[in-house]
Amino acid sequence: MEIFEAISTKINYWVYIVIMMIGLYAMIAKNNMIKKLIGMSIFQTAIILFYVSIGVKEGATIPILYHDQVHGAHDDHHEADTSHGENGVVESHATDIHINPDEFTNPLVHVLMLTAIVVGVSTLGVGLAITQKLHREYGSIEEHEILELIKSGK
Amino acid sequence: MSAVSDFPDWGDPHSPANSYRLSQGYITETFPETSVPNMVTAVLADYRGYDTMFETVVIFTAGIAIIAILRRYGPKDKVVPEQKLYKKEPDLIVETTCRLMIPIIQLFALYVVAHGHHSPGGGFQGGVIFGASFILLALARDLQAAQKWVPENRILNLAGIGIFIYSGFGFLCLLLGSNFLDYSILHKVMGVTPIEARSHSMLGVEIGVAFTVAAIMFSIYSNLASKGEMKEGL
Amino acid sequence: MIWIFDSIILIFLVVTAIISLQVKDLLSATMIFGVYSFLMCLLWAGMAAVDVAFTEAAVGAGVSAVFLIATVLRTSRRSSD
Repeated sequence: MEIFEAISTKINYWVYIVIMMIGLYAMIAKNNMIKKLIGMSIFQTAIILFYVSIGVKEGATIPILYHDQVHGAHDDHHEADTSHGENGVVESHATDIHINPDEFTNPLVHVLMLTAIVVGVSTLGVGLAITQKLHREYGSIEEHEILELIKSGK
Repeated sequence: MSAVSDFPDWGDPHSPANSYRLSQGYITETFPETSVPNMVTAVLADYRGYDTMFETVVIFTAGIAIIAILRRYGPKDKVVPEQKLYKKEPDLIVETTCRLMIPIIQLFALYVVAHGHHSPGGGFQGGVIFGASFILLALARDLQAAQKWVPENRILNLAGIGIFIYSGFGFLCLLLGSNFLDYSILHKVMGVTPIEARSHSMLGVEIGVAFTVAAIMFSIYSNLASKGEMKEGL
Repeated sequence: MIWIFDSIILIFLVVTAIISLQVKDLLSATMIFGVYSFLMCLLWAGMAAVDVAFTEAAVGAGVSAVFLIATVLRTSRRSSD
């Protein structure tokens, strides 16, 4: 069936959209401040899920080079180095490695998402500080009660 | 939701995001140019060094903003009465466990920072774990006991030193005649080949990031847990 | 990428996100948010994004949940919806 095919190969994206809408709904429609902040955090992690699942390749491994790939050309070029007598052994090995880009996951995506996670936790911290200040000023953390108190002149 | 059916299949190696020239360039060129096996750390600290520097500034600004929001000067408020926290007596199991675990956690955090080149890790992860060890100390005993180890002005000094280290590397590269944050010119100062100079300055930069992140994590916790007054803990 | 394992984790993810926003006790909402964060970390580790999973495990389930609990215990613990 064609619809089943379309869903099952892209299931990550469907789930991402569902979670993003849950987070957005919570940010807008919930009355409690802490629930709004939890919704914001759910929204942020859903976006990160989307970006990471773009960079996945089938059958690929983690973006860290293996030890034997790194030092793999050791024996082949040993005679060449002793004949030159130079000291830069490491760099003459490093330029001869063949790395196939199809084997490794895309590292650009992971870098952007590391920044996103840390900025997300900073924003959560500032949001929680604002919640505590609201509680100190008005005595509650429900949005409708705070609006009532503001309208009636505190 | 109708746009999802137009996406490329999940896991396709030749989708546009994966077959972009820059991503493939990152995978093949990282080791010959920087001799660091972990591609993510190399891209984060060297190829995209500007982003990481400004992200550190963002974390620092968030810490300062929380202090500015919660600090109170003036008469006490009248709406909410002061909550009296339940004063707990020191518990033997929690004390002993924390005394054993906190040095091990800090050692692991330093290991994660130092091995960022060869295994998953780096500056952020190590910094967060280090900050979490101080939060554990504050949770097991009182907030006052944790603040004897890290008083407040020292914490902000440490965070500032972290940013100073990062931009210090950049300005050092500028003074030696190359671009800002172009680490390969530092081989004149360090005395190694230009490729290894990039690897070593990546480590220095990650240490700066770890300082800032650890300091700000504990500072945010102590501000949130005491409503900005630092008198009673949680 | 074992697809059946991934599908179960994705279903749990949606369920956890919905439940975390519907409970009335804010401390339970924070705990369930910690579970959600941990499931995200597992998902990314299964997708070979190990650096991102490491950071999310340290930040999301560790530091972020602690901040939320500190604020909940300093303000009120019940929520009206």
